Amino acid sequence: MRSIVAAAIGLASIATATVASAEPPAGAAACSGCHPSSARVSSPVPRLAGRDRAEIVKAMQDFRSGARAGTVMDRIAKGFTDAEIQAIAAWYAEQK
Amino acid sequence: MTRSRRAFLRLGVAATAAAVLRSRPARAQATGPRVVVVGGGFAGASCARALRRADPRIAVTLVEPNATFVACPFSNSVISGLRELSAQQFTYEHVAADGITIARTTATAVDATARSVTLADGARLAYERVVLAPGIDIKWGALPGYDEAAAAQMPHAWRAGEQTLLLRRQLEAMDDGGLVVISAPANPFRCPPGPYERASLIAHFLKMKKPKSKLIVLDAKDAFSKQRLFQAAWAELYPGLLEWVPLSKGGNVTSVDAATRTLTTDFGRHQAKVANVIPPQKAGRIAEVAGVADRSGWCPIDPVTFESKLQANIHVIGDAAIAGAMPKSAFAANSQAKVCAAAVAALLAGGTPSSPKLINTCYSLVAPDYGISVAGVYQPTSGQLADVPGAGGVSPSDAPRETRKAEAVLAEAWFRTITSEAFG
Repeated sequence: MRSIVAAAIGLASIATATVASAEPPAGAAACSGCHPSSARVSSPVPRLAGRDRAEIVKAMQDFRSGARAGTVMDRIAKGFTDAEIQAIAAWYAEQK
Repeated sequence: MTRSRRAFLRLGVAATAAAVLRSRPARAQATGPRVVVVGGGFAGASCARALRRADPRIAVTLVEPNATFVACPFSNSVISGLRELSAQQFTYEHVAADGITIARTTATAVDATARSVTLADGARLAYERVVLAPGIDIKWGALPGYDEAAAAQMPHAWRAGEQTLLLRRQLEAMDDGGLVVISAPANPFRCPPGPYERASLIAHFLKMKKPKSKLIVLDAKDAFSKQRLFQAAWAELYPGLLEWVPLSKGGNVTSVDAATRTLTTDFGRHQAKVANVIPPQKAGRIAEVAGVADRSGWCPIDPVTFESKLQANIHVIGDAAIAGAMPKSAFAANSQAKVCAAAVAALLAGGTPSSPKLINTCYSLVAPDYGISVAGVYQPTSGQLADVPGAGGVSPSDAPRETRKAEAVLAEAWFRTITSEAFG
């Protein structure tokens, strides 16, 4: 079962490898300045890759509205629109 | 890791495994379009890696003369004895393992017409696009009396390494009761809050080890980054020890004398036991040679692609670039590197780069357990990178001490993350 899934993901990856649109949406690449890409980095800042899409959207919206307190994310979230937040969350949810 | 990179890994599993066993670059170098990246700091190393992630077909060469990179962020902690220089040092082993060719030499010229980079030994590297990430050079001669010989007496410590250790040794050797003077330059310069973090941590060192001493900051400006937060913290932590002299009160240093460690301003003279002169700066030398620096000494760029406004197919990122509202910081350099890499990959594939959004976050330590930050979000607006209105800003002025402690912890975590992105 696992090998079938892996093979399917592999095929999907090969397909997207040739398509330039696999690039992250506006703003997404900047997150990894603080949110580690690598699981080997020790940080209180959570990794975003593979996180639930709705969870990322809610966190960003709550930081933006002030419903959730942040140290810097309250200031950063205010720079993103709903559409941008949706796109970034969808992209990170797909990453491993 | 992006999908395309994973796919490439799967396709190259056999070759990768063999290469790892030989401890050689883990991935075969590509044979597609050629991109040369000049400069292996936060901007250059991040960009080289992001180019390979964006499109593994791109053949990336990173030109960097030093085998070891010494990071500037947190070097103020080294100066004040809180950290060792080894914690600032990174090699290019993992960058090379991404399938990037490392040319351990200096780029001496860029021929924009022939599209080639000339190396110190005369060899030429042909490119489809080149990314210049040369960081800063000291503008020797801009401050009368301050040349390379003077820097051996009055260190700038604005490029981390020997200069960092020299300033630390001078502070350690100074008798209690000595006068330390920092001279801060006019804008723009690398790391806008840097002189004030440095003043804070030197003040911390003096308070702990040489409490009869005094620190004066002579400033060529009347305002600086995170000013209210710094000044509130200084009043609380270092009263009577740290004095900031703005431009309007005679802070502008007009000349220095290295032999007597004297700094002269319009209003008088300060004879220091230890003098840290942070001099005026300009884009790294190759920018001027390549014809991408303007009269200001810095490089105007397109805010979507980071392509030079002066030369086609040459991109400039990091401290050397005129990036509008973005400061000259490691975070900004890394953020720009990824946007530039995506744009270069799109252009090489015949596509159109999409309009980017960039972030900067800079932490400063006012004491080892007292951190403050500034953040910003940026987007191209009327040909410049401008602040997104309503976003960004500094830490709250009324934050409790736990928040300051949390930001000091986050500062260190940021350093681990950003250095992992660029070099890990």
